Amino acid sequence: MSLHDFIALSPILTIGAFSLVTMLAIAFQRHHARIASFALLSCLFTLATVPWAATAAPRTVTTLLVVDRHALLYMGLILTATMVIIALSYRYLMVQFREEEGVEEYYLLLLLATFGGLVLTTAAHFVSFFLGFELLGLSLCSLIGYLRTRRHPLEAAVKYLLLSITASALLLFGLALLYFESGAMTFQGVGAILKQTHSVSALWLGGLVLVLVGIALKLGLAPFHMWIPDVYQGAPTPITTYIATVSKAALVALLLRFATEVGVLELPAVAHLFSLLAVVSMVTGNVLALLQQNVKRLLAYSSIAHFGYVLVALLAGGPPAAEAVTFYVIVYCAMSLGAFGVVTVYSSEGGDKNRVEDYQGLFWTRPWLAAMLALSLLSLAGIPVTAGFIGKFYAIMAGIDAGLLWLVLALIGNSVVSLYYYLRLFVTLFSEVAEQDTAPQAAAIQRPEFVNWTTICSLGFVASIILLLGVYPEPLIHLIRDSVSNLLMVAMQRP
Amino acid sequence: MSLWLLILIPILAAPVAWMGQQWSRSAPRWITLGALSVDGLLALSLGTGDHATQASGHVAWLVESRFSWIPHWGISLHLGLDGLSLILIVLTVFVGVVATVASWTEIQNRVGLFHCNVLLALGGVIGVFLAIDLFLFFFFWELMLVPMYLLIVIWGHAQRRHASFKFFLFTQAGSLVLLVAIVALALLHQQATGHPSFDYADLMELTLSPEMARWLMLAFLIGFLVKLPAPPFHTWLPDTYTEAPTGATIILAGILAKTGAYGLLRFTIPMFPEAMHEFTPMAMGLGVVGILYAALLACAQTDIKRLVAYSSISHMGFILLGAFAGTELALQGVVMQMVAHGLSTAGLFLVAGALEERYQTREMGQMGGLWAVTPRLATMTLVFACATLGLPGMANFIGEFLILFGSYATQPLMIILASLGMVMAAIYSLGMMQRTFFGRQQDTRSVHDLSNVAFVTVLLIAALQIYLGLYPRAVLSTAQPVMNQLVQAAASSPTMPHPPSESLLSSHLTTSQGSTP
Repeated sequence: MSLHDFIALSPILTIGAFSLVTMLAIAFQRHHARIASFALLSCLFTLATVPWAATAAPRTVTTLLVVDRHALLYMGLILTATMVIIALSYRYLMVQFREEEGVEEYYLLLLLATFGGLVLTTAAHFVSFFLGFELLGLSLCSLIGYLRTRRHPLEAAVKYLLLSITASALLLFGLALLYFESGAMTFQGVGAILKQTHSVSALWLGGLVLVLVGIALKLGLAPFHMWIPDVYQGAPTPITTYIATVSKAALVALLLRFATEVGVLELPAVAHLFSLLAVVSMVTGNVLALLQQNVKRLLAYSSIAHFGYVLVALLAGGPPAAEAVTFYVIVYCAMSLGAFGVVTVYSSEGGDKNRVEDYQGLFWTRPWLAAMLALSLLSLAGIPVTAGFIGKFYAIMAGIDAGLLWLVLALIGNSVVSLYYYLRLFVTLFSEVAEQDTAPQAAAIQRPEFVNWTTICSLGFVASIILLLGVYPEPLIHLIRDSVSNLLMVAMQRP
Repeated sequence: MSLWLLILIPILAAPVAWMGQQWSRSAPRWITLGALSVDGLLALSLGTGDHATQASGHVAWLVESRFSWIPHWGISLHLGLDGLSLILIVLTVFVGVVATVASWTEIQNRVGLFHCNVLLALGGVIGVFLAIDLFLFFFFWELMLVPMYLLIVIWGHAQRRHASFKFFLFTQAGSLVLLVAIVALALLHQQATGHPSFDYADLMELTLSPEMARWLMLAFLIGFLVKLPAPPFHTWLPDTYTEAPTGATIILAGILAKTGAYGLLRFTIPMFPEAMHEFTPMAMGLGVVGILYAALLACAQTDIKRLVAYSSISHMGFILLGAFAGTELALQGVVMQMVAHGLSTAGLFLVAGALEERYQTREMGQMGGLWAVTPRLATMTLVFACATLGLPGMANFIGEFLILFGSYATQPLMIILASLGMVMAAIYSLGMMQRTFFGRQQDTRSVHDLSNVAFVTVLLIAALQIYLGLYPRAVLSTAQPVMNQLVQAAASSPTMPHPPSESLLSSHLTTSQGSTP
């Protein structure tokens, strides 16, 4: 390993080191505010090493990791999202936690999960893939059940644990089959057979499908989506946000690298499987979201549909597809942070605010909070001036360019269906406040402490990102083009 | 840059109007009026000022402005003003003023937010009329939806939730189809030249295979027909117009419907002339069905706002008819009809809203005999009812007459059927007058007549109606170069038979202008 390898790896090394320091700091002295700010600073510091690492990129560090612009872009996304989540978590944990429970390890686990996410973005080998996958999954599992005296989080944690185990089992079996057929553990080695002969054995294909199913389980694509609504609902809201953004972004980064290096989309069987997953996810997610009365469940089902849209973009193949997928994931993270962020902040005012009725007339009592939620919903629905529109536009453009007319039409039809439930929540924000609710809400307004600067900064940051990307996406498109060309180039050149 | 001001004045005034609520209840209203008048004056000065016509491609604009936006996709901030957009922008500003006046007494809570939304919606509409980059056009096309939606859902009547959902879902579904077509056009441009472009002039020069042109034309048509609306996409309209607050209804009927017609004229006709021509009998049939069916339904309504809503669909049928007939005379009629209908429905909805505000009902059965109680209201309603039924001397007559006259040569049978719509218009408009203002008085509550501000506004609309009815050149000569271009664009396509000889057409035009009563 040379100095350049260390520079390239600096984000991963930094966050690993900071996780250790955090652990020691907790052992030394428990102090919620101090540990929270330390975790925030760790992410900020790690983020600062990303541009430095870019000077050494693209670089293959051992056979396990590839640090290229693609990985670094996703690292930036993951770290930024983690920072927003940490900022929102502090107040939420203050309210939800009782004295006797230690809250500090929450931040340690968050850092570890992010560590796993960063490893996933760079993984180019089965070992690093599996290590990152497990580190992220196990940390998340304990985070979901972190409010260990409540019933719902525990139920959610058990569900997530079972899901994680199933996903890992399928993944491991799939990886084993691939290794058996190709004798290689790197993505490229596995894909070499496909590139040379253009035909593959049944076992190879079976292994590949198992790996993809493992990924689909974690991404929550229908029909592997059963866990999503329950876990989203049961988990503490900041963790729900984390699952929706960081965990999925890391997996998409991995999926993109896996798909390009192995060249899976060139196989008609896999392309058909993905089209099926895309259509089923869009339809299931949107139709079931229509029936929800709980905001977190509604957003959970909508996330299934959104990853269906991502798959449509992915299926287009080639550079436009990777660009559209990356753009959509970044945009999706921003809007999810906005929507779940509002739920977090609103729930931090005592008691979880999950039902749609809790949001009735929110605009008249808490205009800024409601405006933030409204903006996120419009963005999720894909209305212009918001980032969601540009994301959907990019996906449609990639789809039409590749001639996937039917998938694009399915996307369009589903967007119209999705409008209905987004609007329903949107209308609730603006409807009149119900009479009996006025008194407690008025009392809540008089409580001074719930608006603090971290909330304002983090939500304000997310809102400005949503608007900025909606109005002037050019710089991000430029960045993504760079990263995608880097990804493809690395995929071509590496031995 | 001055074109950007046209869009930015209302949009920037919107938050000011919202904040103005803190100073006094009428501050937002005055801010709105002020912003709109400045905008109107600016538009007029841009239109009448001495500009060297700038040509981009073979399209000529009075004023043009272009900035780079997303060069990767060939998207630029490209605005252009010509006679057609000038007329419609002035109409937008005027109808915006009418809507503000109509809401003067009706909207009493959350005044600031109401006017903020009105200004945002108007800003979006002006953007639609100016944008000549298709992406930018779509951007504004969608931008006007959300404030409109909020206007309906916050200040609407009892069934507002249902109505607003229907409005949003229908229009959004239509626009997504439009979006796919726009993206497909840009990508076809990429296939032809190597780089994508959303620019109007670039896309006009694109040669499309007939089948592709047919599909794209259909997608554009669906997007615009939903807004217009024409059957079978009209079902959102009666609910929305009825449940929206009066101010929003005036904006919806007066201007938003015109964006659909504008889209037909600006994009569908010049881009797909051959496909348009193939589709002409069907589209004109749709127009005739719209005219007759909506007029029939209007006759059967007991709710005054619903009646006006259906009459509105009926009048929009004429626009579809004229746009597809494609002769210069018919197209001129379309422009005239857009302006005339904007004025007459704005007036009708204003009086209908005033009646509703006074009697808390829209049922005409419960009104009756109001002529003596509210003479100002009654007289003005009569004026607008006459305009709606196409009384010569009013602007609506010019519009409908030109459309019917100009398209007779293309589809004689359909035009004969369509002219029945004018007869039915007489039945429902006079029926409305009869049931509301004449006969025995049902409700003997004493109510006050139209306020002075509202009365002056309504008088102004009536004056404009009569002015344009007697001197249509004001609109026709402004729109003439644009319509001329449209006809030429359609005629220059090889497979399309030339429309009846040009000289005959222009002689029609001069006679119709000269011999107007």
